[in-house]
Amino acid sequence: MYAIKTEALTKFYGKSRGIENVDLAVESGDFFGFIGPNGAGKSTTIRTLLGLIAATSGRAEILGREVLENKTELLREIGYLPSETAFYNGMKVKDMLSLSARLRGVNCTDEAKKLADRLELDTDRRIDELSLGNRKKVGIVCALQHKPALYILDEPTSGLDPLMQREFYSILKERNDEGATIFLSSHILSEVSRYCKHAAVIREGRIIVTDSIERLGHTGVKRVSLKGISVLPEIEGSKDIVTEDENISFLYSGDEKALLKRLCTLDFSDINISDPDLDEIFMHYYM
Amino acid sequence: MTIFLHELRSSRLSLIIWSAAISFMLGVCVFIYPEMSGQMSEIGDMFSEMGAFSSAFGMDQLNFGEFIGYFGIECGNVLGIGGVLFAAITGVSMLAKEEKEHTAEFLLTHPVTRTRAVTEKLIAALAQVVILNIAVIAVTAISIALVDVEVDAGKLALIFLAYFIMQLEILCITFGISAFIRRGGLGIGLGLAIVTYFVNIIANLTEDLEFLKYITPFGYTDSADIVSSGELNLGYLAVGVVFLTAGIVAAYVQYNKKDIL
Repeated sequence: MYAIKTEALTKFYGKSRGIENVDLAVESGDFFGFIGPNGAGKSTTIRTLLGLIAATSGRAEILGREVLENKTELLREIGYLPSETAFYNGMKVKDMLSLSARLRGVNCTDEAKKLADRLELDTDRRIDELSLGNRKKVGIVCALQHKPALYILDEPTSGLDPLMQREFYSILKERNDEGATIFLSSHILSEVSRYCKHAAVIREGRIIVTDSIERLGHTGVKRVSLKGISVLPEIEGSKDIVTEDENISFLYSGDEKALLKRLCTLDFSDINISDPDLDEIFMHYYM
Repeated sequence: MTIFLHELRSSRLSLIIWSAAISFMLGVCVFIYPEMSGQMSEIGDMFSEMGAFSSAFGMDQLNFGEFIGYFGIECGNVLGIGGVLFAAITGVSMLAKEEKEHTAEFLLTHPVTRTRAVTEKLIAALAQVVILNIAVIAVTAISIALVDVEVDAGKLALIFLAYFIMQLEILCITFGISAFIRRGGLGIGLGLAIVTYFVNIIANLTEDLEFLKYITPFGYTDSADIVSSGELNLGYLAVGVVFLTAGIVAAYVQYNKKDIL
């Protein structure tokens, strides 16, 4: 079963483009990254999935059920973390967590306490007094405390320090191991490549690629670094050429034997050919 | 009733301040009546000779020598303006504030239908108006008992009833408006309250413009009319109920199809 499935999902805000013909298929139990630069349509897709905005056309299913007709029932099984968490003024953290649980009609006191302890969140403090990162933690506990089947997380780590990011992902990993589906949007590729099993890339409102993280990383592109030369002759398939003193580095996509033949004609002192990291691949080939 | 209780809790301070302010001013008006009543016949004569100005405020029809006449003008204006401002501010911010403060996203990603959210918020807004009126009526009743004046309780109740209905009407209209806007509702709410007040004053000035009383709730709360006739003008009231209903229907229809950005 698919946890999330969309077909030709389209949203226009008046005449301006939100998303166009978005086809997504996220298997149940997957840890799925939704990658794209700011304004690409990540949040629009997520808001449409949650029923906050109505699609202009196309359809969306969550956990095998049509979103529009089953919105309220589906929201019971979804934990959502918005990219910018906003809470009611003047409330204490524990009151906010309790309000969220009551709106769901469940008692999550024990789980909320466990999560707050792991994330080092003081629940007796007023939310207005919290830093951006601590507010984010309140949002995380609200999204996780009822142990939903599907987590929809919009840029979940923005504002969290690296230690908290690691703890947050370890909680998500545990939930994923227990069978829950994780769908998170991000423009930080390193975290997606580290934790996700599959990913989709969205650009200018359209999905441009969906695949497993391994396959997305193996695009036949190599990062070539040469030492001891300062001018690189024309090599077909080279991109992102960086020249620094006597060092040259470039990305290469094409026939590897042809590259080696071409390199043999050059007078360099050292060479390194490696797979580029996911960041580089996306920056130069998908974005 | 989670949303209802949350609304009441978060607006309790504002409700206490508005209730206390309006009650205090009404109490003061009642307490100074014995002192004023000695001079009332002169004041009444003076007002009734001021032509259009007196009729604008209904002072040509009211007898200032009687408590109910004095109460209708002095306290009526305080309760009328104060109550309608409170109702307008409460109504216009009820749905829009969630989007202004970006909490609508929090609320509506919980298993809560939009119809439920609108219903609980509407009930919370109505409850606030009811609580304000209970406080105001209680303080007025205690003040009247303390100054020991004779009062036509039936007409007094009718005045309070008219103002209560007026507040409900403004509340429901601004609640409906609240579903359409995302921010900046306060100006619209206050503007609407003030415009309806002045429309009634204009309608009082000349018979040619009396039809304006149908579109302002101040038409059926005009204390001069209530005291002199001993009843509410059902024609004006019926139009008010139509506006009230339209506000509620608009809120449900619009909020259910609105994009939460």
